[in-house]
Amino acid sequence: MRFGLSDEALALREAAAEVLASEVPPAVVRAGWPGGDGGLVGAAWRKLAAVGVIGTLLPAEHGGLGLDENCLVPLLEEVGRSGLTVPAVETIAVAAPLLPADQLAAVLAGETLVAAQLTGGDLVPYGQHAPLIVLCDGDTLRLYDRGSLPLTPVSTVDGSRAVARLVARPSAGDGVLLTDEPAAVAAAWQRGVLGTSALLVGLARRMLDLTVGYVKTREQFGVPVGSFQAIKHALAAALVAVEFARPMVLAAGWAQAARTADAAAATSAAKVLATDAARLVARTAIQCHGAIGYTTEYDLHLYAKRVWALAPAWGDANRHRAELAESLGV
Amino acid sequence: MSVDLRWSEQEEAFRVEARAWLGANVPRGLPSGDTRAGFAAHLDWERALSDARWSVVSWPARYGGRDASLWEWLIFEEEYHRAGAPQRVTQNGIFLLAPSLFEFGTPEQQDRLLPRMAAATDLWCQGWSEPGAGSDLAAVSSRAVRDGTGGGWRLSGQKTWTTRGAFCTHLFGLFRTDPGAQRHRGLTYFLVPLSAPGVTVRGFERLDGDEGFAEVFFDDVFVPDRDVLGGVDQGWRVAMATTGSERGLTLRSPGRFTRSAGRLVELYRARPDPALRDRVVQAWIEAQAYQAFTLRQVTSIVDGTPVGAESSLNKLFWSELDLRLHETAMQLLGAEGELDGPWTRGFLFSLAGPIYAGTNEVQRNVVAERLLGLPRK
Repeated sequence: MRFGLSDEALALREAAAEVLASEVPPAVVRAGWPGGDGGLVGAAWRKLAAVGVIGTLLPAEHGGLGLDENCLVPLLEEVGRSGLTVPAVETIAVAAPLLPADQLAAVLAGETLVAAQLTGGDLVPYGQHAPLIVLCDGDTLRLYDRGSLPLTPVSTVDGSRAVARLVARPSAGDGVLLTDEPAAVAAAWQRGVLGTSALLVGLARRMLDLTVGYVKTREQFGVPVGSFQAIKHALAAALVAVEFARPMVLAAGWAQAARTADAAAATSAAKVLATDAARLVARTAIQCHGAIGYTTEYDLHLYAKRVWALAPAWGDANRHRAELAESLGV
Repeated sequence: MSVDLRWSEQEEAFRVEARAWLGANVPRGLPSGDTRAGFAAHLDWERALSDARWSVVSWPARYGGRDASLWEWLIFEEEYHRAGAPQRVTQNGIFLLAPSLFEFGTPEQQDRLLPRMAAATDLWCQGWSEPGAGSDLAAVSSRAVRDGTGGGWRLSGQKTWTTRGAFCTHLFGLFRTDPGAQRHRGLTYFLVPLSAPGVTVRGFERLDGDEGFAEVFFDDVFVPDRDVLGGVDQGWRVAMATTGSERGLTLRSPGRFTRSAGRLVELYRARPDPALRDRVVQAWIEAQAYQAFTLRQVTSIVDGTPVGAESSLNKLFWSELDLRLHETAMQLLGAEGELDGPWTRGFLFSLAGPIYAGTNEVQRNVVAERLLGLPRK
């Protein structure tokens, strides 16, 4: 028994964090919004690709790092924390291990992003611009060129997610078959849920840090507002939520990597805790900031809106609780 | 391998041995250990544990333990709760005082006190709170003055909310040895036999009706120098180590909550109510999260990082989880929720969780100030 981070996981996290710290200031997060300079986002993604992260789950002979879900979690926590607007989970965790060789090089280089919609719903995050899109068609995963799908842009809470609505399902047999093995389809789904949980934990940490920094310096009644017990208690509750979600997400990553029988249950538990923690932190962060937190000029909204977009993505907390209820026999 | 959430063969063998012994020996239907008759029955169980060397598994063998690792201790706890074994009426000694004795005690104190504690011969209670010092522990005013003979101290004052004080034999407590010092300074940690002349104990009922609380009065009670733990005027430092144990994992291991969550799932199956299903699942999820958090924490302890203010995170999480879990059970029970029974008793006890070991309001201050770095004033 040992529950720490491996040297590989630490090294990957550190390499990613270094790139993200220098390449993804809040201005680059904003650049992902409509009217922003999307080229800045693409450039940051390519820098991240240059340290190899997109191939995290691919074996070395396919140009990857040969790592597993234990490393995926800390990596995606950092990506989430940065706020970078890219389908990182879909590209790194869901699609990369399944892509055909002819598509892989451009994806690994950070030139091509991959969007994915595996719930059977018709909203495709990043469907407005990701060149490749993975859809779940019954029991199979298929890859489509964006141009071949009838997609209409929609306006969403986090405008940088560039969501498109699929107005009609593709005809049977269109696109490229990625896998029709039930276990592989289920594993891809679980990796998506896991990755999204990690993003949520990262976003929660970012908002908490931002808020702690703010309440230490913002003065009212002649003292920092962070000295008031009402603020302390709200932020302590937020930290508890994050600190207990975090190990559960890591544990789910381990369960997936080790292919344990309870991997699906651990993954659902992780998504529930990460979603609820991130929602709590978003609401607490805005409240503790006061009116400045309720503006778009201040950066907090960028991370909060990502949380509200990711909370329902890859199954919301209720769906995952329902799946757990099923497996617990209640 | 830096992450492997599987038990080793040796650890599994330890589990098998513990499970077999508990399966054959756990008594059923003991009365509450927080009543006089119940306490006596529990002592028989504690002595059975001790005779088979299961009372303090993580302690050195020379003190009655098994030299078990922290991991094995977690396994034992899991099996203990899984077997539905009784509350540990010795817990304030073995889980709270003992870690501080290991850290601050002299070899003489350890040799003298630990084996008797392991064997449930000496039964320890905690003497911290006073009528004027509850959450504000540093306000204790019970005092100790130097005895005229020079060989010890004379204790005076009153302690209260002392759990099982009416049934225990010894008390560990904080007394003010330097009347000129303020607050956290000038306090000393004393180890006192309740049979000493001048000690008066009055038991009284807790919310659940059991005589689980006591007031302890000290009227010029002599305590020899050898019963000071951790040095004169050093009591706060020792007490903080004890509270770390109390808030954190030594008192409340995850096995307790995974077991309660499992019982809640069983209760739901017997009395399904779709309106409460998500709350049942949530309790199960949170018990898993407490387990995952603990495994991370133990890994970090094994790697040499002691747990500090983080124990306040444990305490906030387990106490609130326990309360919500029991509230859900009470609702599942419907009209029968007013009957006396294990769930009702568990519910009443869960209400104490956010109060004992430092109220959750104080824990939130600790988390905010020491983990988040918010200003004290």
